[in-house]
Amino acid sequence: MSNPTAAATHGAPIVRASLFSRIAKNPFGALSLTVLAVVVLVAVFAPMIAPYNPNHTDVNNLMSGPTGTHWLGTDAAGRDVFTRALFGAQSTLISAVLVVVTSIVVGVPVGLFSGYYGGKLDAIASWIANMLMSLPAIIVLLAVRAAFGASIYLSMIVFGLLVAPGFFRLTRTAVMSVRNELYVDAARVSGLSDARIISKHIFTVVRAPLIIQSAIISGIAVSIQSGLEFLGLGDPKMISWGVMLNEGFQNIFINPLLVLWPSLIISLTIGSFALFGNAVRDALEDSQKIKGSKKAKLAKVQNIDVAGATNPARDFVSNNKHLLEVDHLSVGYPQGDGTLKHVVQDVSLYVDKGEVLGIVGESGSGKSQTAFSILGLLPENARIASGHIVFSGHDLVTHGGGSISQKEMAQFRGKRIAYIPQEPMSNLDPAFKIGYQLVRPMTKLLGISKAEAKAKALAMLETVGISNAERVFNLYPHEISGGMAQRVLIAGAVACDPDLLIADEPTTALDVTVQAEVLDLLRDLQKRVGMGMVLVTHNFGVVADLADRVVVMQYGRVVETGPVRDILRNPQESYTQELLGSMLEGKTPMTMLTTSSKE
Amino acid sequence: MLAFIAKRLGSGALLVLVISTLTYFLLFFSSSNVARNLLGDQATNTQVVAKQAELGLNRPILERYFEWLTHALTGNLGTSWYTNQPILEALLSRLPVTMTIVMIAIVLAAVLATVLGMTAAIKGGWVDRLVQILAVAGFAIPNFVVAIVIVTVFAINLALLPATGWVPFSDNPVMWALSMVLPVTALVVSTVASAAQQIRSSFKDVMSRDWVRTLKSRGIPNREILFKHILRSSAPAGLTVLSLQFVGMMGGAVIIESIFALPGIGQLAVQSTAQGDTPVVMGVVVYTVILVIVVNLVVDLANGWLNPKVRVK
Repeated sequence: MSNPTAAATHGAPIVRASLFSRIAKNPFGALSLTVLAVVVLVAVFAPMIAPYNPNHTDVNNLMSGPTGTHWLGTDAAGRDVFTRALFGAQSTLISAVLVVVTSIVVGVPVGLFSGYYGGKLDAIASWIANMLMSLPAIIVLLAVRAAFGASIYLSMIVFGLLVAPGFFRLTRTAVMSVRNELYVDAARVSGLSDARIISKHIFTVVRAPLIIQSAIISGIAVSIQSGLEFLGLGDPKMISWGVMLNEGFQNIFINPLLVLWPSLIISLTIGSFALFGNAVRDALEDSQKIKGSKKAKLAKVQNIDVAGATNPARDFVSNNKHLLEVDHLSVGYPQGDGTLKHVVQDVSLYVDKGEVLGIVGESGSGKSQTAFSILGLLPENARIASGHIVFSGHDLVTHGGGSISQKEMAQFRGKRIAYIPQEPMSNLDPAFKIGYQLVRPMTKLLGISKAEAKAKALAMLETVGISNAERVFNLYPHEISGGMAQRVLIAGAVACDPDLLIADEPTTALDVTVQAEVLDLLRDLQKRVGMGMVLVTHNFGVVADLADRVVVMQYGRVVETGPVRDILRNPQESYTQELLGSMLEGKTPMTMLTTSSKE
Repeated sequence: MLAFIAKRLGSGALLVLVISTLTYFLLFFSSSNVARNLLGDQATNTQVVAKQAELGLNRPILERYFEWLTHALTGNLGTSWYTNQPILEALLSRLPVTMTIVMIAIVLAAVLATVLGMTAAIKGGWVDRLVQILAVAGFAIPNFVVAIVIVTVFAINLALLPATGWVPFSDNPVMWALSMVLPVTALVVSTVASAAQQIRSSFKDVMSRDWVRTLKSRGIPNREILFKHILRSSAPAGLTVLSLQFVGMMGGAVIIESIFALPGIGQLAVQSTAQGDTPVVMGVVVYTVILVIVVNLVVDLANGWLNPKVRVK
């Protein structure tokens, strides 16, 4: 294994042998590996395979074009260009290795300690890294050249120092994120020394990114080395591609080919380093995908068990009189192997005007995906495989899947179907004031003036229980609390008097005391406006509090559906009983759940 | 905000001090042969000793450093060993050339990279693949190779544009513009693709935020979300990319000015390095570092202005 990058791949147990084969299977990976292997072999065996002595001058044959004896022609001194190109690989390879080794030797250990211990050491190291990164490398290398003379290898070592911050930051970030992981804590508790934790647990995490970074830095090193030599600031006695380029450029009017060869070789080599880095990254991403699809298969197996039970959704009769009707909806994500991983399967439900429908299930049950299908806001790679969604007589998803265009969907969103998200803090645009984010949909959808919209927004804010509405109106999202942000989001959702409100875990991210207030608020609003509501939650308590009917979901399917009282009192399916049981564990039963009053 | 600026200015000043100190000791530590090199082999030993005294090289390096530093603080960066021209004067006369090509190039690169990166992020498909391919190509082909290729094609073979040289704007605006085209192109070509790729990924990152989905659910048109909300939030990342590109272009200008024979700071740097004109090299380093720090400061301020969290404080 003479290829340094390939050798590094082999030395890393975390990057398993299959990674190497995946890189080789990727056409660009194979191409780049081949080119780099050729460069290495040529550099090692140049004295044996070169047809001429690189410094042999043929005075009778200056600057000839390519011929049978001189495959790439001769240069201005009558030397064989092909031979010199072969020997040039040596200095290129040494330069790349010098840069990478220097920057790893400096950057990685400092990054490890800086990220692991933090504190003053980290502050100083980060300051130095920032300083080095703000320096134009060429200018520094010129200064080094001026101080120490023309040694390209010294320049490369200095350049290695200049790019060390890249390795430093990479290692530091990885270490900081791993440092507080549970398994590292566990290792610490079990008495492993810091040094062993660093080498065993943390180093394995940063290895793969280091290979990618090394490939990129190697490419930059070749570029910088050739650039310095091209400027005539390298060692003129050395045989290298940059020197060839420099000599060729002086004769560019006579023989442009002398510039073409080194340009091609340099670009090909740098490009191979870049493609190799990309191939490693792609191979790593693929391996994550493969892990993901294994999980999907597991889910499918479990699906079959559920499907064996009677599907209560079958009892559902479509009669088009409901406000919202979801009919046999299936949603999936295309996988690498061409199959569709289903997250929602054959789900049917309906909501009437003024009715609250709870969708209950654990995370991964497909309840949020069902909600996003109604809004037409599924992630871009999701596919509606089959089914039909009708909202107050309009097809949102036509028979056999395929949703209506975003433009048509937009006429319903905000005005007729509104949405309350789960995470209040991440659902307001941090760059715009709260007032703007409330006013803009109203001016757009209701066609009212800004002043009217502002008055309405202030009234809405007061309705949702924000006392100093005028002040909140002028704040940025990061200046308010999570509970207040959720109130703002609720105000925004109901601002245009929608017929249907879809609330996706509206209280999950909030403190317990705030949860109750927000639920009260939702109930009041729903009653007052008389809108239909889909309440997505994992919490039966929330359902018991608000919903009229409930749909229980598991593994993307409807398990049980019915009026909320019936389901709570007398759940038919074992899964529903489990869900209810887990909620009631360790709590005193509420009167609603017992048939006889205990007090 | 004022405290923020003051802190950044202080940190910048410290950076200039540290770098200039390091550079000074690096450059002047081994300047024993300077007088001999300047005078040539013919000179007698007495002449060499006299020259050394004249340049102050016989004095201790610490003493010389503090003298340089106190002079530099008043704007006096010393004089060239070869031409006796004051270094600040040399730098200032060459600054317009370098700044013109770098500034035009960075504005062009910013516009092109934003358009390309946004299109790749929004449309996906072939535009996205094209940007990826261009990014690898732009990385693989060094700026001097780009410069050589466009000189060969457009100046030598097609004779459409001047190959080398610089015409001041005041002499002939048309020739000035023409003499800019190739150097600026070389700088833009080698930076635009990587910048576009970075803008693409930051744009994609913002596109996947929760609040984008919520804005859509509110009935805000897609176009408004893209160009008002997402663009606004990905602008800081774009500006950071640009400030890194500026550092890269200051380095790139060194090579580009040499190829196109432009009398800028880069050319001065190469000449003085090759000659061993150490005080000029020193001046170039300090000057460039100050420029880079000023640009970074401006970018930081712009990012602060874009980010309400910083602005309000």
